[in-house]
Amino acid sequence: MGDWGGYLSLILQGALVTAKLTVMGCALALVVAFIAGLGRVSRFAAIRWLATAYIEFFRGTSIFVQLFWVYFVLPFAGVTLEPLQAGIMALGLNVGAYAAEVVRGAILSVPRDQYEACIAVNLTRFQRMRHVIFPQALPLMLPTFGNNAIELLKGTAVVSLISLHDMTFQAQVVRAQTGSTLIPFATILVLYFLMALALSRAIRMIETRITRGLDGVR
Amino acid sequence: MEWDWAFVWQIMPTLLAGLKLTLLVTLLAAVVAAVLGLALAILRRSGNRAVARGTAALSEFIRGTPLLVQLYFIFYVLPDIGIRLPALLAGVIGMGLHYATYTAEVYRAGIENVPRGQWEAARATNLTMRQTWVHVIVPQAVPPMIPALANYLIAMFKETPLLSAITVLELMNQAKSVANTYYRYIEPMTLVGVFFLAMSLVSVVFLRVLEARFGRMAK
Repeated sequence: MGDWGGYLSLILQGALVTAKLTVMGCALALVVAFIAGLGRVSRFAAIRWLATAYIEFFRGTSIFVQLFWVYFVLPFAGVTLEPLQAGIMALGLNVGAYAAEVVRGAILSVPRDQYEACIAVNLTRFQRMRHVIFPQALPLMLPTFGNNAIELLKGTAVVSLISLHDMTFQAQVVRAQTGSTLIPFATILVLYFLMALALSRAIRMIETRITRGLDGVR
Repeated sequence: MEWDWAFVWQIMPTLLAGLKLTLLVTLLAAVVAAVLGLALAILRRSGNRAVARGTAALSEFIRGTPLLVQLYFIFYVLPDIGIRLPALLAGVIGMGLHYATYTAEVYRAGIENVPRGQWEAARATNLTMRQTWVHVIVPQAVPPMIPALANYLIAMFKETPLLSAITVLELMNQAKSVANTYYRYIEPMTLVGVFFLAMSLVSVVFLRVLEARFGRMAK
């Protein structure tokens, strides 16, 4: 037996890295999702193809393969990334591809007559998107975004394999030093679950805020 | 560093051996997920409140935590209480269990989507419980589930590289070991990506066919 307080603080340091990865990864994923999602419904065929290629590529290979590719292959092309940067980039681009499909689906599910009404009242394309389509599409995206954010949180465990000191990595360190397996792994399982709960609570709060005043509209 | 085709052909047999194991693991884990998912779905519908609640909480927990950590848990913690599993089996169980919580939701939605009137009609025509399930509910509940289940099959296939972390010699692990032996990362890592991309593009087509055949039949 040893200094459990020390080991716990090691794991909590890892939790901080995991949280950082999740937040920054989500931010990148959100930006990418809107760019690619809007790209898929663009009126220019070239942009549509580009967005489709990106989405299919990142959904077709797993986060694990992408992470290793970014971390091990890109340096040979002259791009060297810190493990943290590589992790955020791989997670953000991967989950962004999934979320892009959500954005596209939500935008397409706004009824046709809304588009026609916009044309009838002579709104520009930007006004139409900003004031009519988007406010209706956003509440449809949120629940799935929540699931995507939790997937991203779970994906962060993989970065421990490129020697980033996240929660899973620290648990392995504790396992190696103490020989105890149950305590570190049970601790991080619970911590991951608490983080996932916090994420889904947060999304639900945003959801009630955004859908306020929309009852009866849908 | 340049792309080297000779090296590609040299490592191809190793990678293909890994690919074979990847497919095997996917299939085995899919079977576990399909069966265990059905069990979870049935337990969740159980009349016993405690059983239903407990199952729901367990599924929620498994779905809220990373598969990688669960694999570590099965591979490293269970031996301490006397259950020593070979890596492959640990991987299959871990992945099967994780995805069972997803397939359970598919089953549940499929069963709940059969309209109430069908249950009532079955009762009205005096069918037994077994007849109701076999002739009325299952034929209507299963076809809409097929695309969703296939979707998770593809997701599982893409998650198999995680098993390399618990020493299963699947595609990713083979690629890593050749990469480390020759210190050439470009070819093995890229090939792994290409393999996965190719397989998943094929499976997207396959999924479209399934969706056209089975999706939303009732409407």
